[in-house]
Amino acid sequence: MREDGRHFLQGPRLDAFSKVTGRERYAADEYPGEFLWAGAKRAFVPHARLLAVHTDRAAAHPGVVRVLTSLDIAGSNRLGIVRNHQPVLVDETIRHAGDAVALVVAESRETLREALELVTFDHEPLPGVFDPEQALKEGVPRIHGDNEEGNLMRAVRVRRGDPDGAFRGCDVVVEGVFETPRQEHACLETEAGWARVDEAGVLVVVASTQTPYRDRKEIAAALGLDVNRVRVIAPYLGGAFGGKDGITVQCLVGLAALSAGGVSVKMWWDRRESFLASMKRLPARMHYRLGAKKDGTFEALSCRLYYDAGPYAGLAGEIMAMGVEHAGSAYRIPNVNIEGYCVYTNNALGGPFRGFGVPQSTAGMEQVVDMAAEKLGMDPLELRRVNALGTGDRNCVGVELKYSTGFSECVDRLADHPLWKEREAWKASAPPWKKRGCGVGCMAHAIGYPALIPDEANARVELTESGTIRVYSGVSDMGQGNAGTYLRIAGEILNQDPATMEVIQPDTDHGLPSGTSSASRTTYTFGNAVIRAARSLKEVILRSGARCLEVEDIDSLELVPGAVRIKGSGRKAALRDVAALIDAVDRSCKGYFRTPYDESTLGIMYLGAHVLFSFGAHLARIEVDTLTGRIDVVDYVAVTDAGRVLNRAQYDQQVQGSIAQGIGYALMEDYVMKDGRHETGDLATYIIPTSLDVPDMVSIAVETDETTGPFGMKGIGEVVISGCVPAIANAFHDACGVRITRVPLTPERVLSALAGQGGKE
Amino acid sequence: MKRKISFTLNGSPVVVETDAARRAVDVLREDLGLTGTKEGCGSGECGACSILVDDVVKLSCIMTAAQLEGRRIVTIEGVGQDGELHPVQRSFVERGAIQCGFCTPGMVIAAVGFLKENPDPTREEIRAGLSGNICRCTGYEKIIDAVEDAAAKLRGGGSGG
Repeated sequence: MREDGRHFLQGPRLDAFSKVTGRERYAADEYPGEFLWAGAKRAFVPHARLLAVHTDRAAAHPGVVRVLTSLDIAGSNRLGIVRNHQPVLVDETIRHAGDAVALVVAESRETLREALELVTFDHEPLPGVFDPEQALKEGVPRIHGDNEEGNLMRAVRVRRGDPDGAFRGCDVVVEGVFETPRQEHACLETEAGWARVDEAGVLVVVASTQTPYRDRKEIAAALGLDVNRVRVIAPYLGGAFGGKDGITVQCLVGLAALSAGGVSVKMWWDRRESFLASMKRLPARMHYRLGAKKDGTFEALSCRLYYDAGPYAGLAGEIMAMGVEHAGSAYRIPNVNIEGYCVYTNNALGGPFRGFGVPQSTAGMEQVVDMAAEKLGMDPLELRRVNALGTGDRNCVGVELKYSTGFSECVDRLADHPLWKEREAWKASAPPWKKRGCGVGCMAHAIGYPALIPDEANARVELTESGTIRVYSGVSDMGQGNAGTYLRIAGEILNQDPATMEVIQPDTDHGLPSGTSSASRTTYTFGNAVIRAARSLKEVILRSGARCLEVEDIDSLELVPGAVRIKGSGRKAALRDVAALIDAVDRSCKGYFRTPYDESTLGIMYLGAHVLFSFGAHLARIEVDTLTGRIDVVDYVAVTDAGRVLNRAQYDQQVQGSIAQGIGYALMEDYVMKDGRHETGDLATYIIPTSLDVPDMVSIAVETDETTGPFGMKGIGEVVISGCVPAIANAFHDACGVRITRVPLTPERVLSALAGQGGKE
Repeated sequence: MKRKISFTLNGSPVVVETDAARRAVDVLREDLGLTGTKEGCGSGECGACSILVDDVVKLSCIMTAAQLEGRRIVTIEGVGQDGELHPVQRSFVERGAIQCGFCTPGMVIAAVGFLKENPDPTREEIRAGLSGNICRCTGYEKIIDAVEDAAAKLRGGGSGG
């Protein structure tokens, strides 16, 4: 049954049963006995000095328990990961429309809504800053007066070789300015959580969060608590995609609980509040210039990337740095000058979103690559193959690739696919008023944190008293299924059926710090730690089994489901009996793993660079309706090198889900802001793909064997999304002969691009 | 004003005393503890709160408590019977149609309702039939696979592969 060694890694997701029956309880699903509701008064002005908050009328409203302002916060009232400057409740300056100025705690949601209307505040409007390139000019108002570099949050520059000289020697130089929009995560579960101060005086926060361990420190600092007095629990999330990579409700609901005398307080943002107050993918404007020799060899790349961070640092600077690191996509380019600028504005909060800065710069790079192919008269995939990174090559920031690098094979597999090879015939048979095009886009995506930030995981696997296996997850499951995968990995090592095992979701009281559910690391990093913990536990079990079965040599024993058995004999001891012989503390084993890193990359760029990457090559076939401007994605092929596939269904879930979000990013999703106002309020105005917008997709896995990965895998969660915008934008150019440099490719933009063509129609 | 509202819920009669203007989704989740019915938008755009009202798919976030009166309501908790998964649920599990799972209850309800109206649909008909339910995780392909598979199961065509 286990000849292939993969039996327990396969099968349906272990969390599917509780989810399909509605029994799984998300943070939003807890109504903890007698409880109160908390809600935030939002500013709805983008930039202003806060003069006074008037809470009396709300506080006097029947059913209102407390109205809290910044004056009620004992701690720093500041959130942040790299820079701590985001207020929990505004004390001095409102910097975006979603800032919270007061917090109301009430007995019911209806009362809460009424009371929030009764809170008013006085403010003095300040001039706003809304365009990231303008924001850097002299004389523009500063969003953070104490920031020495004006509105520049962070700049990252990487220079290699002699780009100026190399450009002069190029046979072909292409350039363009590309823009990508602000993208909203639109998780089905909006931000939610509840909190209470328990009998021991500990603030317990249960929240839909990707980052329980980091949250714990931020909550403690912002609210003025000892970190040991804060416990964070992260149940299954109803989607996150980066949108819950950090504090959303946690501090607000925690603050409310601190004044609720032991009563639980719940907070659940509605969709409009979620849109207003949550982070978005950073919009970007990217100036790209690429030079190549006649034979297609890339010689020089120059680019300037502007990322709109919104008002607070969060992880925006790190997101931009990832964009810089991946600005050259998956190609050898010896001479580069890459400049990235992350800029404060009074727009919506910018933050992590699947891809973490890479979808933006890949959109720019992969479009200039296509422009170069056209100018060179080369097949776009052939040009990519000529320049493809392989093992031993250096990527655009100069990191030598020492780990699995299956990019060339991705390109080859795509070039061999019938949907690519037979594209001309398909295009030629377009129905009346339609134009058809086929485009490609390729990408790389780093796994884990950059060199300076230890990418570590600590797993704990336990043999319970009753002889079952329990895995303590340290990394939230936002829907990708890592919790069940941890069980499968432990089951594989211990030869136990994962269906009989139990996973404990992250809880800072029980698990061990293991970093965030992000960075394509959840299975790679923590899975490796689970393997180590399970191997240690296996030895403990076998040693105890030897005592049970009265044999000397543990090599004569093997683990079988539910028991330890003497090899080649029927004699076995049940795990329950084996467990009884082990001290409680020894029944639980830890495993530690740190993702590979290279200290020598610290000099390359801010935080250092990554060394391990997944890769991919995509194809999109689109049909453009020249009468309505509508684009349909008809076929989509994603070839991916994310190492070995542990579980095919879960792998394809990541591929397909990423493509759907990528199609949304390319064709329809645009979170529109005007002068700091949110013009996009809800799912009626922010359009995301439905079942009618996403075709059936082809997912091809190039299974390189990543020797550092658990069972040879690498991260699959993010790499795929970066290919969609370029594949679709390049397909549009292929169809219509004109390039729209700004996504999404909405019908309006398509029609005006087609109108600009004059007689070519 | 509080009123007594009587209806059949997952096969059993229930009476709730509540404000008739309250949202049905709140009555189900808060008063009756049936948190399988989710809320994703509160304005009828995402389908996460779908329930069956006399076998027809309705959105409980834009229904009032009063509209439950005298109706036969089925929520995700009542879709399966005698502890067995409904064929649609089984197909969702087997075909990998579930990721974060927050859209899943509404999606299953929508699929059950859809297959009652159209027991032998094409993939395109399934796409159209489920287009009122948003999923942000899956890209829909496996959901459509699952509904196709469930249709075959319900028609008595064995496991449907």
